[in-house]
Amino acid sequence: MIKPTIQPYKRPCAISEYPVGPSFKAGHLVSGNSNYRTSRPVISDAACIGCLFCYAACPDGAIFRNEKKVRVDYDFCKGCGICARECKVGAIAMVKEE
Amino acid sequence: MQQRLFLSGNEAIALGVKLSRPHVIAAYPITPQTVAVERLAEMMQSGDLDAEYLHVESEHSALSAMMGASAVGARTFTATSSQGLIYMAECLHYASGGRFPIVMMNANRALALPWSIYGDQRDSLSLLDCGWIQVYAEDAQESLDLVIQAYRIAEDKRVLTPVMINLDGFVLTHTYEPVLVPDQVEVDSFLPSYDNPYAMNLDNPKNVGFSSTPQDTMEFKYQQHAAMLDAKDIIREVDAAFGTCLGRRYGGLVSNYWTEDADCILITLGSIAGTVRTVVDELRDHGFRAGLCRIRYMRPFPEDEIAELARPGRAIGVLEKDISFGFEGTVFTNVNSALMKAGMQVPVLNFIAGLGGRSISRGDIREAFTDLEKARTGESVRNVRFVNLGVAT
Repeated sequence: MIKPTIQPYKRPCAISEYPVGPSFKAGHLVSGNSNYRTSRPVISDAACIGCLFCYAACPDGAIFRNEKKVRVDYDFCKGCGICARECKVGAIAMVKEE
Repeated sequence: MQQRLFLSGNEAIALGVKLSRPHVIAAYPITPQTVAVERLAEMMQSGDLDAEYLHVESEHSALSAMMGASAVGARTFTATSSQGLIYMAECLHYASGGRFPIVMMNANRALALPWSIYGDQRDSLSLLDCGWIQVYAEDAQESLDLVIQAYRIAEDKRVLTPVMINLDGFVLTHTYEPVLVPDQVEVDSFLPSYDNPYAMNLDNPKNVGFSSTPQDTMEFKYQQHAAMLDAKDIIREVDAAFGTCLGRRYGGLVSNYWTEDADCILITLGSIAGTVRTVVDELRDHGFRAGLCRIRYMRPFPEDEIAELARPGRAIGVLEKDISFGFEGTVFTNVNSALMKAGMQVPVLNFIAGLGGRSISRGDIREAFTDLEKARTGESVRNVRFVNLGVAT
């Protein structure tokens, strides 16, 4: 449930500054991948009961919990809407991206 | 103290693996590799080998499991052949790109169709570009020694590249010969335990095998290429260190026999080199200056060693169990490129032989040397010739 977020990193200036093989500390050398989303899930904290059905259903692992509140990582959420569909209390609304 | 045992190539591989103390083994049985993995399973059963042995449903899964184990710092082994190797093709690139120092045995066998279980080298040579170090053993002794050396090469921090050890199917995997087997103390003194500074563990969580954009991918590929080029020195170092510790040296990337004053040199790889060596002896007895260059490592390619062979007045042939349809043998292409880059213009001939287990006789090799002598003295000879084709073309 704890989700690493994208960490800023210094652009490598030499081959030796790259990790050996594409394995690196979580969150580094990663770029956001969601700018084709047509609508975004918005969670109502008042309605959310914290059951985490949405977390279990999210195909991108984009849902996490921060200070007991359920949140969406919009850098990776593709806007598929599965979380909104699965939410048992209707706490997630899909809002059109402008 | 080395013990002299009567072993097949497969059994020599299994003993080499046991002595290298792997943590995880996963392999799917396939003729003619089966005996190697059966022996390892028996060692597990008897308690002689302390490792995890995973049952997998395919070669693709076997190598995938090795990558997972390698990522957390385990020493790993798998083995395959032919159709199994090409079924692994996707994972081969993954393993080398991920810089997982996996060691794998491949029993060289023909590719379908027509379906055939017999030996040739079209399986591994068609995967030269998968980023693995590729080495070809001549006999069971070298097979055993190569396993132990392969771990030291693959796990070297300057290399971190997987190694594929190729044995000719049946000719080498199933033939028995006396093999000197080192004891565990000797091997332990040569091969340190695996220490990967990049391993993933609970204290060091990682993204393993992430994707990359055009901004970085080329740098990762350059890094792989540079490590493979650096591996040449490490291969030579390991060959020398093995000689010091265990008393056998093989010559690094190539193994030459009577090349120094030769007029005609035949380049080949794998077990057929033994037959070529006896023909070189015969020809030398009759005053014909023949020589043999056995390529041990196809990747990294022994470019300098090949270029050194080319001298004015000499002819060079490549005998290989391979054909790249519509062109020539792949080993021949590689040899020619090395000669061309070195600016050496000598007559070069390609002998395609032994496809699908067709035997290669001493007579066939004598004929190849006769062709080379003709080419050397300016006679016109067919550049790419299928040896011992049973019918007229």
